[in-house]
Amino acid sequence: MAERQSPERLSPLEPVFHPGSHGNFEHGVDVILTETRPGSILQLAAWPGAEKQLIDAIRKVTGLALPDGAGGGVAGDGKAVFGFAPGKFTVVDEAEGLASAFSKAVTPAIGTVTDLSHGRTAIRIAGPKAEWVLAKFFAIDFALPAFPIGAGRSTTHHDIFAQIQRTGADQFDIYVFRSFARSFWKALCHASEEVGYEVQ
Amino acid sequence: MLITCPYCGPRDVIEFTYQGDGNRERPQPNSQDLDAWNAYVYDRLNPAGDHNEIWQHSGGCRTHLRMVRNTVTHEISSTGFARGDHNAVARHKEGGKS
Ligand SMILES: [Zn+2]
Repeated sequence: MAERQSPERLSPLEPVFHPGSHGNFEHGVDVILTETRPGSILQLAAWPGAEKQLIDAIRKVTGLALPDGAGGGVAGDGKAVFGFAPGKFTVVDEAEGLASAFSKAVTPAIGTVTDLSHGRTAIRIAGPKAEWVLAKFFAIDFALPAFPIGAGRSTTHHDIFAQIQRTGADQFDIYVFRSFARSFWKALCHASEEVGYEVQ
Repeated sequence: MLITCPYCGPRDVIEFTYQGDGNRERPQPNSQDLDAWNAYVYDRLNPAGDHNEIWQHSGGCRTHLRMVRNTVTHEISSTGFARGDHNAVARHKEGGKS
């Protein structure tokens, strides 16, 4: 985690964030739940026709090359990016200050930069039963061939809007509105009880 | 019922919001043609069969979509972006999403 220049951001999960093993873990912990707490979460949008220029700007600023295709993405080296709508991308960095880097690279002719670092909470679920638990929440196909590593999906759990990026074969990063994050976290913990979960 | 979003692929109907009849033609904002405004606000084809509709993938990518839905069978015979000239149309590979 990068050094913070500004006052430390408080987690909305704090009152219900209980590190340790929970639920039916006697036979093993099958999912691990964490809050990744990235320093920067941005939403970038290209004007129609300027998508390629925006993808170039993302490569220039983050070093991440977006694969072609709707919902394509890539994660690594403390940074991640994925498409969540036509011409729109979520970019994440564990360091703060990504918005100022992009505000120079994304000129008004290319598109817009929206800093959501304080508006979203990032929750990671990992482990052999991560797909199983998430399939109870979202009506999308979590199987690896349909949802490849790096790809992003926009979907909803009972009106809680969620952006999901697969950051490993059995690992997913979920971005939810900060104001809904505590409720979502509690639901995720309940759903993970049957497989045994560990909060880290 | 599944609707295939041209960006997100097949999704449950619960993620989508109906935005109305896709056959309406909105008069120019400064139009004084009352008949045209009347037609825009009130006239509907209401067919038993294929119907042009505007939907939004409100619980997903939030894009506005143009669809043809059969009002008798609910079969959706085509979907596309309401804004037709968007480059992202070409980025979607049928059957091989992402
Ligand atoms: Zn969609």
